Amino acid sequence: MPNLLEVKALKAAYGATEVLHGIDFGLEPGRITAILGANGAGKTTTLRAICQMVRTAGSALFEGQQLVGRATEEVVRLGVAHVPDGRGTFTALSVDENLRLGAHVRRDKQRIGADLDKMYSRFPRLGERRHQQAGTLSGGEQQMLAISRALMLRPKLLLLDEPSFGLAPKIVAEIFRILRSINTDDGVSMLLVEQNAKLALELADRAYLLETGRVAMAGTSQQLMADESVRRAYLGV
Amino acid sequence: MNVEGVIHQIFSGLANGCIYGSIALALVMIYQATHHLNFAQGEMATFSTFIAWALIQKGMPYWMAFALTFGLSFLAGLAIQRLILRPVERAPVLTNVCVFIGLLLIFNAFSGWFFDHTVKAFPSPFAQEGILKTPFFSAHEFGSFLVMLAVLSALYAFFRFTPIGLAMRAAAQNPDSARLVGIRVSWMLAFGWGLAAAIGAVAGMMVAPIVFLDPNMMAGILLYGFAAALLGGVDNPWGAVIGGLIVGVLENLLGAYVIGTELKLTVALVLIVGTLTLMPSGLFGKHVVTRV
Repeated sequence: MPNLLEVKALKAAYGATEVLHGIDFGLEPGRITAILGANGAGKTTTLRAICQMVRTAGSALFEGQQLVGRATEEVVRLGVAHVPDGRGTFTALSVDENLRLGAHVRRDKQRIGADLDKMYSRFPRLGERRHQQAGTLSGGEQQMLAISRALMLRPKLLLLDEPSFGLAPKIVAEIFRILRSINTDDGVSMLLVEQNAKLALELADRAYLLETGRVAMAGTSQQLMADESVRRAYLGV
Repeated sequence: MNVEGVIHQIFSGLANGCIYGSIALALVMIYQATHHLNFAQGEMATFSTFIAWALIQKGMPYWMAFALTFGLSFLAGLAIQRLILRPVERAPVLTNVCVFIGLLLIFNAFSGWFFDHTVKAFPSPFAQEGILKTPFFSAHEFGSFLVMLAVLSALYAFFRFTPIGLAMRAAAQNPDSARLVGIRVSWMLAFGWGLAAAIGAVAGMMVAPIVFLDPNMMAGILLYGFAAALLGGVDNPWGAVIGGLIVGVLENLLGAYVIGTELKLTVALVLIVGTLTLMPSGLFGKHVVTRV
């Protein structure tokens, strides 16, 4: 089966500073792929480059369609949902309005209500707070909201930027359990960026290791977990 | 000073206040989305009013001319954003200010060029007789009050209950996140410009029977609109409307009993300077609750 996303020689820069120096990777459909790396390796930038939120060059083919050169909103309209770093909550709007915005580009308007109910049953705490201003939610709840909002698009590919960031271990475990079920039940492919390599490798099928804007290693999660240098540098064992 | 006179001044202030509030609302709508104040808002409204005047002169029934002007103003506002402001979307604030001043001068000159500088009477759709005639309001005051109320309610319903209204609020609040849910943010700005221009046109058509139509008709009213927007808190649409009502009543009462009608415009200027120095976020400036 062809790859869902095929990235070739992708470069990205903020102003004059190039952060990605031409990376290649592919995402298999239906799988979870992780991008690992230290601070500043270019993990977040890789996601932002796919969504065209930074200046990019090279090629990123999503189901055969070139993403490079498209506007961010047009990339999203192809079925790429992004849970950004910082969660991107519409703080002054209600939880319900945040979720409805996630479905903004969908044409099957009559099925949005059913999907809202699905999100509220998956994350009951969001259901309890559906009319509350989203900015008043806790960090964990906002992360759940960000994931739900992305899923309201019914995406083919879900980009996740550090979903564990700043959250208590118990909440992180809950979120990762739900991510697993979203992948197996709904067949949503995921690209996961994580600082916490152990957590990411446990969830992902494949992983890429970024070092200063280049792919340093690629393989299945088992292969990376077994690698001596990865164990020492990123897993701390 | 008799009680009936005071009450009449208050009611007529409320009627004017609705018009100031609408202009303030048009300013706030663009401000919320772009953090720029459109200095040309008043002159655009004047030009729209001239279009309505020309249509009525050609024999078109009032309300048909009203609706057509509303629609044309919306399209013109949209086109101005697309063609003139979009290229400077990312430019520094002063560039935008220069564009706004340019637009102000262009529309002011257009009004004079196409429709000359003589003062024109503009018809009111509200007959003096009939149910709209009340002891405290003139028929036109009451009628324009109702029209502005209808516009504001429709606008509220639009932003509160329609998907595109929600998308516009999202785009104004957090453009990056809005793009990530697929909202075409730049088009939302254009819609905002269209709506602001259309609201301005209604305000112009409602105020023209009172102040008469000439190319500088809205210059003073724009100042009251600025005062209203700042007083209400420049990022709060409700504040703009309430600010407009306060400015309208204050202006009328002070003009009638304290400083005289010649100095009325001073009230707006004093309010602008006073608000900016004493409470820059206005009466209802937004306090967003966030946890991080």
